[in-house]
Amino acid sequence: MAALIEIERLTKRFGGFTAVDDVSFTVDRGEVLGFLGPNGAGKSTTMRMLAGFMPPTSGTARICGADVVDQPVAAKRSLGFLPEGAPTYPEMTVTGFLGFTARIRGFRSSEADDRVARAMRMTQLEGVRLQSIETLSKGFKRRVGLAQALLHDPPVLVLDEPTDGLDPNQKHEVRELIRRMAPEKAIVISTHILEEVDAVCTRAIIIARGRVIVDAAPSVLEREGRSLEEVFRELTLGAPKQEAA
Amino acid sequence: MAPALIVARRELAAYFATPVAYVFIVIFLVLSGALTFTLGNFFARGQADLIPFFSFVPWLFLFLVPALTMRLWAEERRLGTIELLLTLPLPQWQAVLGKFLAAWAFCGIALALTFPLWITVNVLGEPDNGVILSGYIGCLLVAGAYLAVGAAVSALTRNQVVAFVLAVAICFVFTAAGSPVVGEFLDARIPGIGGGRPRHLGGRPLWGLHPRRRLGPRYHLLRQLHGLLPLRECRHPRPPQGGLGA
Ligand SMILES: Nc1ncnc2c1ncn2[C@@H]1O[C@H](COP(=O)(O)OP(=O)(O)OP(=O)(O)O)[C@@H](O)[C@H]1O
Ligand SMILES: [Mg+2]
Repeated sequence: MAALIEIERLTKRFGGFTAVDDVSFTVDRGEVLGFLGPNGAGKSTTMRMLAGFMPPTSGTARICGADVVDQPVAAKRSLGFLPEGAPTYPEMTVTGFLGFTARIRGFRSSEADDRVARAMRMTQLEGVRLQSIETLSKGFKRRVGLAQALLHDPPVLVLDEPTDGLDPNQKHEVRELIRRMAPEKAIVISTHILEEVDAVCTRAIIIARGRVIVDAAPSVLEREGRSLEEVFRELTLGAPKQEAA
Repeated sequence: MAPALIVARRELAAYFATPVAYVFIVIFLVLSGALTFTLGNFFARGQADLIPFFSFVPWLFLFLVPALTMRLWAEERRLGTIELLLTLPLPQWQAVLGKFLAAWAFCGIALALTFPLWITVNVLGEPDNGVILSGYIGCLLVAGAYLAVGAAVSALTRNQVVAFVLAVAICFVFTAAGSPVVGEFLDARIPGIGGGRPRHLGGRPLWGLHPRRRLGPRYHLLRQLHGLLPLRECRHPRPPQGGLGA
């Protein structure tokens, strides 16, 4: 069977600026891919194209075999996506918001309630279930976004900085969660926290200026006793200087 | 339930979760009432109908509907929730339709709340309620037409003020196109475009149409006020379609 995520020669240009340049990779079931790179490298842009939000300038992306441009609904059904910054509707309550995404995903009343309850349990949101999202703290807002992505137990998860703004306990919880889910899913997470890569990822891709520089297991990157941070700095600073976007 | 209806339900609830809904409804009711009774000479006309009310509604909607639609897509972009909505498994047109339906239902609620006017004419006289119903349907169609314009403009810009001003301007052109002054002005520049003279005075339609009449939602509404609801008029409002993804 083909890999759950297939990205082929994906390119995105904004005017004359190339944000993502000929990126190709696949992610199989059981893999957790850490997507690393300096600010403005093109991580979020790649994820947006993979999630079917931005049409690529060229190249293709497939989720569970469904092309995100030609069969967008089928592709999105197999996908749990946490957009950058975890956007949510601020005036809704946590249950109201999760219920909305559950109904859009086609769950009927009682099953939708079960799904919402389960997603809230996984992300420890039960304490704030009836609070409106705008009154939540940053970490809780992010957890609401995460709950929305996990709600339908999708085979593919694309999470843009899932642990940004979480306290150390929650970071630990989310990593545990990802590790637990990993065997049945293909997961892509972008992060700036390099120890997270060691903790949960089976594979790391470093991109800079829209291009893939390295695609290897974290243990391979770290051989000869170097830390991942040293490798990251060497590879991304060694690359030609980033122009201002 | 169709995804469009789920989106519409969420949107409608969002209107009432913010002051937008209440401000809109109160201003609409106060202005429509005040204009009907003062400028419209509701009592002095001595007629049991709602024609003064219905003739002001398009002008009120001209400002109020763009105030409703300016946030429709602009707000989703600002909050980033557009990225969430458009990556949920629903076809894009269903999201567009859902937002349109919510705004339309909201206008329907505002119109329905003018029922005291209807009670008043029924107490004071014996109006033709069929004509009044037809007038309400007409107002709803006018709202739909403005909503379609406003929603499309809102999708084009991130800035809500720009969305509002552009929508008012475009709707104004359409509304004003139905008034004789503008029609004659257009006729003087491009013969025929303003609708020309009436057919019985020798006016000729251009390309088989009377554009001025076709363009103006008020024209369609005024026809309905005289009790006419030809099926052809039902094509008038069209929900916006088209690409919204960045
Ligand atoms: N809509 C857009 N229009 C123009 N340029 C854009 C747009 N979106 C992103 N870019 C540019 O594309 C480049 C890549 O942005 P992207 O958000 O993918 O970076 P990132 O790797 O996610 O960075 P970060 O670590 O800061 O989140 C940046 O230079 C950015 O300015
Ligand atoms: Mg990013």
